Amino acid sequence: MLSLIRPAVVSMVFFTLILGLAYPLLITGVGQAAFSRQANGSLVVENGKVVGSELVGQNFTAPQYLHPRPSAAGADGYDASASSGSNLGPLNPDLAKRVEAGAQALRAEGITQTIPADAVTASGSGLDPDISPEYALLQADRIAKARGVEPGLVRKLLEGHIEGRTFGILGQPRVNVLMTNLALDARYPLRHPPTP
Amino acid sequence: MTWQGWAEIALTLAVAIGLGWPLGVYMSRVWNGERTWLDPVLRPVERLVYAGCGVDANKGQTWFGYAAALLAFNAVGFVLVYAILRLQGGLPLNPQGFDGVSEHLAFNTAASFVTNTNWQSYGGETTMSQFSQMAALTVQNFVSAATGATIAAVLARAFIGHRGEGLGNFWSDLTRTTLYVLLPCSIVLGLVLVALGVPQTLQASAIAATVEGGEQKLSLFAVASQLAIKQLGINGGGIFNVNSAHPFENPSPLTNFLTAVSINVLGWAAFFAFGRSARAFKDIRALVAAAAVLLSLSAAGVYVAETQAPPALVAAHVDASANMEGKEVRFGPAASAAWTAQTTGASNGSVNAMHGSYMPLGGGIAMFLMMLGEILPGGIGSGIAIMVVMALLAVFVAGLMVGRTPEYLGKKVEAKEIKLAMLAVLIVPLSMLGFSAVAAVLPEALKGLLNQGPHGLSEILYAYVSTTANNGSAFAGLTANAPWWNTTLGLAMLMGRFVPIVAVLAIAGSLVAKPKLAPSAGTLPTDSSQFVGLLVGVILILGGLQFFPALALGPIVEHFQVLDVLAGR
Repeated sequence: MLSLIRPAVVSMVFFTLILGLAYPLLITGVGQAAFSRQANGSLVVENGKVVGSELVGQNFTAPQYLHPRPSAAGADGYDASASSGSNLGPLNPDLAKRVEAGAQALRAEGITQTIPADAVTASGSGLDPDISPEYALLQADRIAKARGVEPGLVRKLLEGHIEGRTFGILGQPRVNVLMTNLALDARYPLRHPPTP
Repeated sequence: MTWQGWAEIALTLAVAIGLGWPLGVYMSRVWNGERTWLDPVLRPVERLVYAGCGVDANKGQTWFGYAAALLAFNAVGFVLVYAILRLQGGLPLNPQGFDGVSEHLAFNTAASFVTNTNWQSYGGETTMSQFSQMAALTVQNFVSAATGATIAAVLARAFIGHRGEGLGNFWSDLTRTTLYVLLPCSIVLGLVLVALGVPQTLQASAIAATVEGGEQKLSLFAVASQLAIKQLGINGGGIFNVNSAHPFENPSPLTNFLTAVSINVLGWAAFFAFGRSARAFKDIRALVAAAAVLLSLSAAGVYVAETQAPPALVAAHVDASANMEGKEVRFGPAASAAWTAQTTGASNGSVNAMHGSYMPLGGGIAMFLMMLGEILPGGIGSGIAIMVVMALLAVFVAGLMVGRTPEYLGKKVEAKEIKLAMLAVLIVPLSMLGFSAVAAVLPEALKGLLNQGPHGLSEILYAYVSTTANNGSAFAGLTANAPWWNTTLGLAMLMGRFVPIVAVLAIAGSLVAKPKLAPSAGTLPTDSSQFVGLLVGVILILGGLQFFPALALGPIVEHFQVLDVLAGR
């Protein structure tokens, strides 16, 4: 019996040291040294302040911004310390209600085109940084009106922010909401910033 | 459905098999103790381990001695993980100040990571400290995968050994697979992932002042190092609650492609390694073909299911060309479908989309793949081992039809092997269906459900199927962090792991005692397309018939409900 326990314990201690500590610390050391921006969460800094991560979605509700997808992360959505999908099954009445309410809200904005699916469905993570190009372009008129610029100019900026499929086949075309909104603020700043 | 979607699915599956071949040859060299280019660095480390353990790694073991060593090692791992999780509050590297976890969650999680299941009843970023993730969970990600690989190595040797000798040594197989295969692959993949945006830091979080004036707390971790072995070791346990759907765990279509290939590559490698080590490469190609056919059809099936019109979108008159609930825009239905088939065909269980929000047949295919016993290509080694068990059953069935004693890879397959094979195969439905049946009528269990009706039954069934098959993915509507669920799911994982392992080792012990026969005119060729067809039939009949009634009450009836709703009835 002892002939089994000794190797089991010793090897487990050895593996814990080499796989549990040395290996992650090696990757951390090399990663921090060689790719420090990515290793620390691809944070976006504007005027010396961290405004978010390029990779992680955040909520936007003001009319001058692109709005992201519905989110089930945390109580108010886009809680980046409590990722979650809705986990509602396809026939769950709560899902039908939420989708219907989302579609109605968009139509109340005056949208008459077909509403893309991602505009009214929650992502798997609740932190989806992207929306589909269709959903982005659907919001061009509202953004243009709020910023007092030609809709064509906003549409052009949005089209410039469409990322295609990687190597032409991987993934889906998409628009990063945070990065596009920062570009909108830089290119077409609000003429009359809302008083807080 | 788009041509790009089909191309992405085909490319992901093909690259995994293509890379599996050379890696399998390398893995076989490691198992056989042949020279490798890492010898100068790793030989001294390896010798140090054996010296510390006081074992002679060149000394062969009987199947019983091998099994005892394997179980002892896993028992120590179980106790260590349990202790770390319980004591987490007082251990270092705990910047969030998490308390120790409850008894039942610690039991469940220890069982989960030791058995290579990585079922998670908890949300990672709200429960586990850095120390627990690294010292407890990452370590098990490696050694549980290596444990699975050892049984394939033993089974391969059983077909070339004779007079009961040559099964190998557990400590040597465990150490060599970990150091020569898993560790170097993980270092390479981990660094690539950091470069592509996966965080790797000891900071717990970053605070952002959002554009609209709010505050966003971004949970961070040493993600990349754990992610690499989570995929390569076919473990699947996420750092974050939503696993590989989280943008920090899977930032782009490219990381998605790389990590999706990683789910299967070492599983396929173990097939090829088995073939080389058992000197039966052509016969193993037939097993690869059978598994690849079933996996490709399943991926296609999920893609078709997830591009059907979801009733909620149809009712709201929005674009219903894909079921985007629970899916990320950067991946879309094709990348999600390929991942679903790969993660459930292997015993991985990581997800890049929420299976609980899939269309009924999409989620149903995921369940069915796990019910087949995780052989497409399954876990590293555990997949090929159970596949060989299926092949034994297939030659047995063929032998019954023509009235000859069946043989496989030159060894006679007799009553003892078939009894053990049936034990390995039958424990699966016993645990999956038995526990599900009890949970479906137990008020204590039903409290955990989010959805009602057939989808609620699917949540229960999926949980026991996933844990018994050591997969670990979930219909996450189920709130499993409660005593009933944690305890029974933990037992399902332990049964689903160690009963088949001991049965396979016993088969190896029985086969290695038999003489190697030369093929005769009456031998059923096991490298032909005819045998592939026979094997696929045995897999589907064993998997399909046992589980069809349960599937009929869950996903299949839900599918007809969807059709009813769409028809306006």
